[in-house]
Amino acid sequence: MRKATLFAGLVAGFSTFAFNAAQAVEIEYWQYVFDTRVKAMDQLITEFQKANPGITVKQVTFPYADYQTRVIAANMAGNGPDVMQLFYGWLDKFVAGGLLAPLPKDAFPHAKIESDFFPIVKAMKRGDEYYGLPTAVRSLALFYNKKLFTEAGLDPNNPPKTLDEYVAAAQKIAKRDASGNLTVEGSTLDMGGQDHQWWREVLIRQFGGVPYTDNDQKVAYNSEAGIKALKFYTSLQLEKKIGAAGFMDEGQAAFRGGKAGMTIDGTFRLGAFKSIKDFEWGVTELPANAQGVRSNYASYFANGISAKAKGEELEASKKFLAYITSPAAMDIWLKTVGELPALRSAALTETNLKDPIYAPFLKGLEYAHTTLFMDEQAQRQNAIDMANRVLLQGQSVEDSIKQAAAAEQEIIDAAKP
Amino acid sequence: MAAIEQQGAASGRPGGSPETSFGDRFSMRTRRLVWVWSFLALPILFYAIIRFYPTFQAFYLSFTNWDLLRPAKLIGFANYIKLFKDPQFWKVFKNTFTYLIIGTPISLVTAFTIAFFLDRVRFMHNFIRALYFLPFLTTAAAMAWVWRWFYQPPPIGVINDVFSMLGIPQQPFIRSTDQALFSIMVTAIWAGLGFQIIIFMAGLRAIPSTFYEAARIDGLGEWAILRKITLPLLKPTTVFLVVFSSIGFLRIFDQVYNMTTNDPGGPLGSTKPLVLMIYQTAFNSYAMGYAAAQTVVLFTILLIVSLLQLWILREKK
Repeated sequence: MRKATLFAGLVAGFSTFAFNAAQAVEIEYWQYVFDTRVKAMDQLITEFQKANPGITVKQVTFPYADYQTRVIAANMAGNGPDVMQLFYGWLDKFVAGGLLAPLPKDAFPHAKIESDFFPIVKAMKRGDEYYGLPTAVRSLALFYNKKLFTEAGLDPNNPPKTLDEYVAAAQKIAKRDASGNLTVEGSTLDMGGQDHQWWREVLIRQFGGVPYTDNDQKVAYNSEAGIKALKFYTSLQLEKKIGAAGFMDEGQAAFRGGKAGMTIDGTFRLGAFKSIKDFEWGVTELPANAQGVRSNYASYFANGISAKAKGEELEASKKFLAYITSPAAMDIWLKTVGELPALRSAALTETNLKDPIYAPFLKGLEYAHTTLFMDEQAQRQNAIDMANRVLLQGQSVEDSIKQAAAAEQEIIDAAKP
Repeated sequence: MAAIEQQGAASGRPGGSPETSFGDRFSMRTRRLVWVWSFLALPILFYAIIRFYPTFQAFYLSFTNWDLLRPAKLIGFANYIKLFKDPQFWKVFKNTFTYLIIGTPISLVTAFTIAFFLDRVRFMHNFIRALYFLPFLTTAAAMAWVWRWFYQPPPIGVINDVFSMLGIPQQPFIRSTDQALFSIMVTAIWAGLGFQIIIFMAGLRAIPSTFYEAARIDGLGEWAILRKITLPLLKPTTVFLVVFSSIGFLRIFDQVYNMTTNDPGGPLGSTKPLVLMIYQTAFNSYAMGYAAAQTVVLFTILLIVSLLQLWILREKK
C-alpha cells in the first residue's frame, strides 16, 4: 500500500515536472540601447511574465549603430532573437534575407490590424502578409519658442497655422547684427534633421504632387510640385532669410539654445527639449497650405517575429508580440519613453487629445505618410545634397531636382533585393 | 614513449620528462631556434588570423555581391567596373589625393621649421615641446568637435568672431564646398604636428655637432649648413615621416566624419575621403562586395604610394 502511494506520488511528481518543462519557454527579445526604451521593455516583460508564468523573456540590447549588423549576423549564425525590434524602413532587407516570419493570421487578423492601428501600419505589409506591428509611432510637429514669439510681438498662444503665417512669423522673429549676420533664426533650416521628411512627404503634397509612385519605388518629384516645394524651401534662406542651414551647427541645437523661433522636429525630440529651462516652448501641427491641405511624416519601430521561432517558442512569441502591441503596453511606453501609442484607441484618448504637447502630434498621425525607404541613409543624403546645390552652389532649383530625382531612382533600384 | 620514460628513469632524474630528452637530442642552436620560433609563432598566428585572413577575404569579397543577408555570389569584375564608372568615387579619389598632396608637404615643412627653431630654444624648451605634442595625445573625435564649433558661423564660431573684430568678412568654412576640405585638413595637420616635431628633433639631435663645428670653421653660412648638412643627414627621418604622414592622410577618417556628422563627408561630398565612402557603402548600404572592391583599391593606392616614396627617397649608394 505504501509502495503504491509512493509510486502514485512519484508519477504525479514526474507528470507535474513534465508539465512544467513543457510550459517553461524562454524567448529572446532584441532591441537597440536607448535608456528609456530598455526600461520600458523591462517593465513590459515583468508584466507579461506575471500573466504568463510559463514564459520567460530575455531582453538583449545592442548599440544603435551596431544593431542591424548584429541582427543580420546572428541570423547567419542561426542564433538570432525570437521577437525583434526593427525600423520600418529595414523591412525589405529583413524580409529578403528571410529574417522575419509573416505574422500568423490566427493571432493577428488583418482586418483587425487595419481597423485598430493608424494607417501607417501598412508600411509593414508586403504582398498579402504583415511582418510586424509597432508599439509606438512618431510624427512631426512645429515646435515654437514662446519667449521669442512674445519678444517679436506675436501671440505665444496662437502659433502659425498656414505656411504663409509660418513665414510671416519667422520673418518677425529673425534677427541680424549690424554686419548682417544672423543672430536669431525665425525657423531652423536643417535638411539633415527632419526637413528632408518635411519636404518629401509634406511640402510636395501641399504643392499638389506626390514624392513617389509605385509603392515608393518610382521617384515622382521631378515635377512642377517638386520644383515649387524646393523653391519654397530654399527661398526660406535665400529670399525670405528666416534662417540659414548650418546656423549653430544643427537646427535642434539652435532651438535648444533659444536662438531659433521655430523648428520642425519629431516626438523623439520631446525628451531632449523637456530639459530646456530658459524659455517656455509649445508645439503645434505642421502648417497647412493656403487650401488647408496638411500632411505629416510618421515613422516607427515595429516588432516582428523571427523566421526561426518554431513550436513552443513561436507560440510564446505570438503571445509576447500580442502583449507588447496591446493598449496596456502602449500606455506604459507612452509614460516611460514618450512615444505615441500606435493603436487609435490607445492614442486618441481624451487625456491625450487634451494634452497640449501630444495633441498636435496625434492629429498629425491621422493624415501622416510614411516613406518606404529602400536605403534611408542614402536617400536622406540625396535630399541634403539637392538643397545644398541650390544653397551653396547656386544651381537652379529645376536642375537640382532633376539631378536628385535621377540619383535617387538609381539608389532605389540598386537597393532592390 | 615507453623508451623515453625508461631512459629518463635510467639517468636517475625523477620526473624525467620529454623535454630533457628533447634537450639532449638537439644542439644548442636548434634549441634556441625552437625557442625563438615558439615566441614568434604567437604574433605570426595572430597576424595571420586577425590581419591576413581578412585581407585575403576582402579580395575575394570584392568579386562578389555579398550584402550580409544572402550568400555571396561571384560576379567577376562588376564591382570594379561600377566603381570606376561612379562619379562619386572619382570625387572621393580627388579629395583623398588633395588631402595627401597638399597635407603632407605642408605638415612636414611646418613640423621641420618648428623643430629646427625649437631645437635652438633653451627658454622653456620642454614646456613648448609639450604644448606642441599635446594635440597628438588628444582623441581625434574630441578635437574634431572642438574645431567644428570654432568654424561655426556667428554668433557661436570663435574664428568668425575674431574675424568680425578685425573687420575681415565672415567665412563659411565647413559650410562651403570650396573651403571645407582645407578647413578639415588644417585640423588634421595640427593634430599630427606634435608627433612629427618630436621625431624631427630626435633626428636633428642625432646629427653629430662636429659636422657643424667643421662647417662653421670653414665659413659656411647658416643656409648652406642647412642645405648641405642638416637636410641630407636628416633623410632617414624625413623618409619615415613622409611615408607615415602620407598613409595618415590617405586613411583620413576621424576628423572628417566627426566634423561633418550631420552630412558625412559634405557639403556635397566635398570633404569625403575614400575611407568614409567605404564605411558608408559597407555599414549604411550593406553593399559589402562593393565596399570590399573600394578597400582593395585603397590598399593598392597605399601600396603604390608607399613603395614609390621609398624608391624616390631611397639611399643612393
